Amino acid sequence: MRKLIAAGALLAMVMTGAQAKEWTSIRLASEGAYPPFNGLAADGSLNGFDIDIGNAICAEMKAKCVWVKQDWDGMIPALLARKFDAIVASMSITDERKAKVDFTDKYYASPLALFAKAGATIKPDAAALKGKKVGVQRGVVADNFATKYWEKQGVKIVRYAKQDEAYSDLKSGRLDAVFADYLEAQGGFIDTPAGKGYAMAGERMFGKTAEEKAVIGEGIGIAIRKQDADLKAQMNKALAALRSSGKYDVIRKKYFPTLDIYGE
Amino acid sequence: MFDFAIIIESLPEFARGTLLSLELMALSLLAGFVVALPLAVARSSSILWLSRSVGMYTYLFRGTPMLIQLLLIYYGLSQFQWMQDGWESGNPVLLLFREPFFCAWLAFALNTTAYTTEIFAGVFKNTPVGEIEAGRAMGMTHFTLLRRIVIPAGLGRAIPTYSNEVILMLQGSAIASAVTLVDLTGAARYVYSRHFAPFEAFITAGIIYMLLTFCLVGIFRMAENHWLGHLRPRTSPDKQR
Repeated sequence: MRKLIAAGALLAMVMTGAQAKEWTSIRLASEGAYPPFNGLAADGSLNGFDIDIGNAICAEMKAKCVWVKQDWDGMIPALLARKFDAIVASMSITDERKAKVDFTDKYYASPLALFAKAGATIKPDAAALKGKKVGVQRGVVADNFATKYWEKQGVKIVRYAKQDEAYSDLKSGRLDAVFADYLEAQGGFIDTPAGKGYAMAGERMFGKTAEEKAVIGEGIGIAIRKQDADLKAQMNKALAALRSSGKYDVIRKKYFPTLDIYGE
Repeated sequence: MFDFAIIIESLPEFARGTLLSLELMALSLLAGFVVALPLAVARSSSILWLSRSVGMYTYLFRGTPMLIQLLLIYYGLSQFQWMQDGWESGNPVLLLFREPFFCAWLAFALNTTAYTTEIFAGVFKNTPVGEIEAGRAMGMTHFTLLRRIVIPAGLGRAIPTYSNEVILMLQGSAIASAVTLVDLTGAARYVYSRHFAPFEAFITAGIIYMLLTFCLVGIFRMAENHWLGHLRPRTSPDKQR
């Protein structure tokens, strides 16, 4: 009986603790396969723009950051299962995802773009891509867009578990093009030695109609559980402070010296 | 909080995935069976170099995970310039390696051939000496002996072990989704990434795999009753009284 009471008291402590959490320690998750936003260092630790932003937010909140590496497929389910508290992995804020999780304000914005062999004549619209094989990472915004607007028009969409696998198949010639986040593909593929001879085909895509804009999303945010409204408020405050103090731009210039990736 | 709507909405995906899984499995098992027969004869032969060289092959493919074999064939080979040049110039043989379905089929077939070879070689070696002596006494040549006694009797005795290999192939084919194929597992992953509903997606795939396994077990039980009926323990009429 005494054990039971002790257990009950412990449970009550844990539960009230969760309600008025001070967030002195935050577990952040990233993928580590999306450079320059999140990649893996030689020792296996996470690094990149997302990681620097996450660390800066923690520093602003005076909280301790613990990073967790998580594959993209299981990212949102793992957040909901409390394996970590926030996703800082270049996740676009979309209506579909908002049904499951909450987002902070955007910390950068990124259009979509099509990438192919330099000099290729294709461009990102359904008519020009008809019958062509276009690689996307499964479940990302580029996949959602291509599935909604291109696949039924006869464009062959090939889905990969990881973005790097799509680049690999583009280089070997299995794919005619890769459709991806512009900044990610530019920094993680085109500007690297592996991307030599490849370039963006056509224009960057921000979405022409309101419906397209909704699919592409309002920008990239940090995903958190819906019940953690206090965490969201604190992170938004920290993010605003980073923007106004110029610390954001210092981090941004480290990865994108000439490009303003925040947008309006 | 189990969302049946997601499963119902995704049934076409699961159906297509199941079909692809079955297709892959059937084609690789077919190739495996046809190639394993002569290899098993070689493996069980008393000519040492012949048996050993087949043994090398089975050791290689049974000693490495099928996923590694698949990744090597799909991503590994495509890295080489001669392969890419072949695709560019339209070499019909090399072009096959561009297709994920062919790569998966090849990896699965090579793998199951290795296991099936060892299964068959085992039963061929265990042919009762009396049966072989009887054949020899009838004046059968080595080839006739194989054709009339060793192979047919051995295949019958191999059914229980071979049925395990078939079931393992079905489960093993789940790795096809690693090379962009939307097989049953691939369909589950697709549904998962669309709806963020891992439990619904994977439990559905799991149940379908289980039903398929159940059917396979049933088919092999029928085959056993048909070809191995004479080996079943019998109750004598006396005891039934």
